[in-house]
Amino acid sequence: MRRSYLLGAGLAIMVAGMANTAMAQSEIKIGEINSYSLLPAFTEPYRKGWQLSVEEINAAGGINGKKLIVVSKDDGGKPADAQTAANELVSSENVAMLTGTFLSNIGLAVSDFANQKKVFFLAAEPLTDAITWAKGNRYTFRLRPSNYMQAAMLVEEAAKLPAKRWATIAPNYEYGQSAVAVFKKLMSEKRPDIQWVDEQWPPQGKIDAGPVVQALAAANPEAILNVTFGADLVKFVREGNTRGLFKDRAVVSFLTGEPEYLDPLKEETPDGWIVTGYPWYSIKTPEHDAFLKAYQAKYNDYPRLGSIVGYQTIKSAAAILAKANSTDPEKLIAATEGLSVPSPFGEITFRKIDHQSTLGAYVGKTAVKDGKGVMVDSVYRKGSDYLPGDAEVEKLRPKE
Amino acid sequence: MAFYFVQFLTGLASAASLFLVASGLSIIFGVTRIVNFAHGAFYMLGAYVAFTLTERFSGAFGFWGGMVVAALVVAAIGVLVEMVLLRRIYHGPELFQLLATFGLTLMVEDLVVLIWGPEDLLGRRAPGFKGAVDFFGQNIPSYDLFLIALSPVVLGLLWLMFQRTRWGVLVRAATQDRDMVAALGVNQKWLFTSVFAVGVFLAALGGALQIPRDAVHHALDLRIIVDVFVVVVIGGLGSIIGAFVAAVLVSELNAFGILIFPKISIILVFLVMAVVLIVRPWGLFGKAEAPARRTPGLTVYPWRPLGPGERWAAVAALIAAATLPFVSGNYALTVGSEIAIFVIFAASLHFLMSVGGLASFGHAAYFGLGAYGVAFLAKMAGLPMIVSLLLGPLLGCLGAAVFGFFAVQLSGVYFAMLTLAFAQIVWSIAFQWVAVTGGDNGILGVWPEKWAASPSHFYWLSLGIAALAVAVLRIIVFSPFGFALRATRDSPLRSEAVGINGKRIQWTAFVIAGTVAGVAGALFAYLKGSVFPDSLGISLSVDALVMVLLGGVETVSGAVVGAIVYKALNIWLVSQTDLSKLVLGGFIVLIVVAFPKGIVGMLETIRNRRRPSLPKTALVTSRIETAE
Amino acid sequence: MSMVPTLLSVDGLTKSYGGVHAVRGVSFELRAGEILALIGPNGAGKSTCFDMLNGQNIPDSGRISLLGENTAGKKPRAIWRLGVGRTFQITATFPTMTVRENVQVALVSFGRQLFNLWTSTAQYARDEAGRLLDLVGMGAYAERPCGELAYGDLKRLELAVALANQPKLLLMDEPTAGMAPRERIELMRLTARIAREQSIGVLFTEHDMDVVFEHADRILVLNRGTLIAEGSPEEVRGNPQVRAIYLGEGLVYDARHREGAGA
Repeated sequence: MRRSYLLGAGLAIMVAGMANTAMAQSEIKIGEINSYSLLPAFTEPYRKGWQLSVEEINAAGGINGKKLIVVSKDDGGKPADAQTAANELVSSENVAMLTGTFLSNIGLAVSDFANQKKVFFLAAEPLTDAITWAKGNRYTFRLRPSNYMQAAMLVEEAAKLPAKRWATIAPNYEYGQSAVAVFKKLMSEKRPDIQWVDEQWPPQGKIDAGPVVQALAAANPEAILNVTFGADLVKFVREGNTRGLFKDRAVVSFLTGEPEYLDPLKEETPDGWIVTGYPWYSIKTPEHDAFLKAYQAKYNDYPRLGSIVGYQTIKSAAAILAKANSTDPEKLIAATEGLSVPSPFGEITFRKIDHQSTLGAYVGKTAVKDGKGVMVDSVYRKGSDYLPGDAEVEKLRPKE
Repeated sequence: MAFYFVQFLTGLASAASLFLVASGLSIIFGVTRIVNFAHGAFYMLGAYVAFTLTERFSGAFGFWGGMVVAALVVAAIGVLVEMVLLRRIYHGPELFQLLATFGLTLMVEDLVVLIWGPEDLLGRRAPGFKGAVDFFGQNIPSYDLFLIALSPVVLGLLWLMFQRTRWGVLVRAATQDRDMVAALGVNQKWLFTSVFAVGVFLAALGGALQIPRDAVHHALDLRIIVDVFVVVVIGGLGSIIGAFVAAVLVSELNAFGILIFPKISIILVFLVMAVVLIVRPWGLFGKAEAPARRTPGLTVYPWRPLGPGERWAAVAALIAAATLPFVSGNYALTVGSEIAIFVIFAASLHFLMSVGGLASFGHAAYFGLGAYGVAFLAKMAGLPMIVSLLLGPLLGCLGAAVFGFFAVQLSGVYFAMLTLAFAQIVWSIAFQWVAVTGGDNGILGVWPEKWAASPSHFYWLSLGIAALAVAVLRIIVFSPFGFALRATRDSPLRSEAVGINGKRIQWTAFVIAGTVAGVAGALFAYLKGSVFPDSLGISLSVDALVMVLLGGVETVSGAVVGAIVYKALNIWLVSQTDLSKLVLGGFIVLIVVAFPKGIVGMLETIRNRRRPSLPKTALVTSRIETAE
Repeated sequence: MSMVPTLLSVDGLTKSYGGVHAVRGVSFELRAGEILALIGPNGAGKSTCFDMLNGQNIPDSGRISLLGENTAGKKPRAIWRLGVGRTFQITATFPTMTVRENVQVALVSFGRQLFNLWTSTAQYARDEAGRLLDLVGMGAYAERPCGELAYGDLKRLELAVALANQPKLLLMDEPTAGMAPRERIELMRLTARIAREQSIGVLFTEHDMDVVFEHADRILVLNRGTLIAEGSPEEVRGNPQVRAIYLGEGLVYDARHREGAGA
């Protein structure tokens, strides 16, 4: 009965709470969105990374003299909420650009928002190939090496294995499906002699590991491709170790060398998996040393891959803003296309052709050292070496 | 052959953990009728506490002792929750306890991250059960064998407890008829508390026992809660044997199902539940529910249409809301549009739930179908926005017509769970059928046309449709059909005896509610410019339930207020803090305690109190005593 | 009597559960305007018999003919459409509506307006509802919430609801159960008056023998599923078999009746 009064009151409160804040002339604001509440294990190190970056940039005088401010929002892991946050950042906070996101579907949602509202968006972590290719748009750039790039890096090593009978296990959603599809395609091109003998598709986050491991073992593959991660990976590894699934079998695994996924496995880390990842403890380059020192000094903790991504996202954003010397999206795009920036992994370039950065990843093997999982024999693979040729890329991207 | 046997055993081991948690839920529901959404949270707490204890105390004694102590500690927390929170709301409307336990769950999810940190934790392996047993060349983890042995033991112990102790006899009696036990002079307070403690103990033990094979993390609760509900419902509410059989059935079907259909896991439990409920409306071992009692706490004050003054006030409020574009920026307008859309969605569920007495746990299915309907029409058929907006909701209507037909054959929690099953089936189709729906990555680029593209225009459009939808639903509430629907809810016996075909009335209501939800979904697709399987998901269905309960399930338009308060608060909190779940959960718990009839229900009670007091009837008072 | 048409004719009604006959070969007739009581000790099959008449239970065999139409196995709502009103042992009303709305719902159904989504119910057959409420003496309570009514008033409301479809037959299951003695007499007098005025046949079951013997035109006595006696109150009163059953049950209607006979 009283709905009408309350409707008015509710709206009034809302308006008051969301009043615009004017952007000061001496500041540049970047909007940042990520799944902080849903995926704290990955987004906390990421946040530390970009906070370090902001501190360094402002200590060095900001962006062309203006102070950099990052306004960060949580998306709760939902694409719709990410768009609400994006809208708030653009409409109320007047940010110069959007950055961030972890999950592929959220990255795509924000990318579509950016395209519609003509806002510059630098996607930090989402892996889906669609964000730069099938659903790519001129406003969206992506930092982290894509699904395709990670697959190509792994295929290079996997093709050297003698194994001919392969089985796959991947979480049953778009990321898992496309990771398996790309890996299979690239692998079959290099090794037409191999057979795919089984595939398992546990639901993301809800693997019933026992039966899955048992089913994989029953297919008797010589090698296994794993795309599961997080808690699913832990269950899969534990169950696989106990049941002897990995004995005398090669395993190739996406992302498992990233500390986010490797560290929880502790002494149960399987030996000799071929993985992509981030062995922060064994990278000996001046760029990385500087980053590592600064990070450990500030947080008294070691960096995860998310820390690198967060750090480099804001470093790249600052470089873009500095070069464009404007917050006009068209000028930002022009500045970014072909821009090279230093990173803890060495110099990276944002490609003009598909807006993908050439940030690479480390490929190595898993091992246990002092009761902890580590990557050994790791080699940095430059992103630029694992992307298809320009002609192919042009076919993949929609015409504008 | 050895492989199939080992796969069977593996399925049994999976069943064991499911059974432990499900039995606890079943016992709690059977006696207290609480739909304990927090059961998964207690499971997760069990795992976390056990992790801490088993890391702290070494050796076999430390490990096994840690498990049991962890379960006891969490059971003690459960007792505290029951005494401080749930006891206050046993008199509340049906499902109000769901709201309270949902609030708790939100809080716990953030609290465990605050206490134990965000990383996945790897617990110890069980001493003496670290390896595997060789069976004709197949390895069976010895811990699996332990779990396989444990669950019949627990089943046996529970059976003994129920059959051989006075407490058990009381619990069984209370499961069958709560009022009777009250009449026998049993102290129901402590019976409820003890039952809750036992249920929580089992949940926490189930969580603790996962340590040697799982990682402990803050999403454990969501992973199990829905599956456990499904198991309990398949088995038959309140039936421990049923929970056991259902756990084994589901686990074995999964273990063997993945050999043929590796993608079956995502939907299997829901398919099984839908089939079981259609064939056996009370689950495998459940009994027909006692003749429907009047919904506890239902107000005795009959609903009335708005008086002339109130009608003018409503119009004035609408006009006030329509002036928002003149006083605020684009962000507030977009949020306003989102709130208006959720007002439509909540009002549609409210129509089904409050007017029809049918609480759906899967109402998002029709919201999402409306959204996908628009996406298909606009993106694939390239139809103009107006046409898509008009026709898109028909997909929700169609879905509601098909699923509603089966769902209204059931009632109460079984109805709720069947709607949930249908929603999950639709969700998994959207999730899996990548070629058509884009799967998890959704359908992008469903943006409004120029005339509606500006935030203010879209806001007016949403506000107008919301006002229209709420007005239409109100007219239906007070139409002859609305009365027939309420009659069916109030007394199936009497309504049948005055010639009302209750099932057909409820089916019609289901279709109306589904269509209106589809309208909300259609607008939502244009607001966001994209559609994802999320908009069919459980969490959206739960959001809608919370909005209705928050506003007041016994009111005509509580859902409107519930939607505004919940959605505005949610958006604001998510924007302000990473701990939005903790704050929102705390807010919900507070509301539950402070306003046990919902926000609008409370306002109405205050207004009614001003009326001359009328004699309380036996009907009302006897109900209230049941939980004393 | 032969001038009055037969309203209800039951022939060979039988129902058994797991080999036990609950009702076996029950046959009787009911004429318009006649008040017929169905009595018998607990477990005699009264409820089963009653439920088969009102459609809540399906007979194994036998015929129930209501104005020439066989209603055996029909749903309660279909039987109601044929002109049967009914009341329940424990009142079944719509507690969240007003007294008038309770009657209006039945009138809506009778007027086949159940799927009318658009007009307001408040004005629908308002006067007709008022008239029915006046008839049972509830006119003054029309706007009261039904959930606030005392039990005796609920019974009267139920009677008004049962009359909404202009019934030819009223089925009343224990109409006076749970009421104070004075209220019982009032309710049955009211029922009898309406039945005679509108020429409605009434079939009721009842435990209270005062009510039965004072108001019934005829009485049917069931025992162990079969009809053992049928006739006027005097005839039944004199039936030794009936006396044996009731005395065996320890129910002494005899003494009470003697007082009544003296009056």
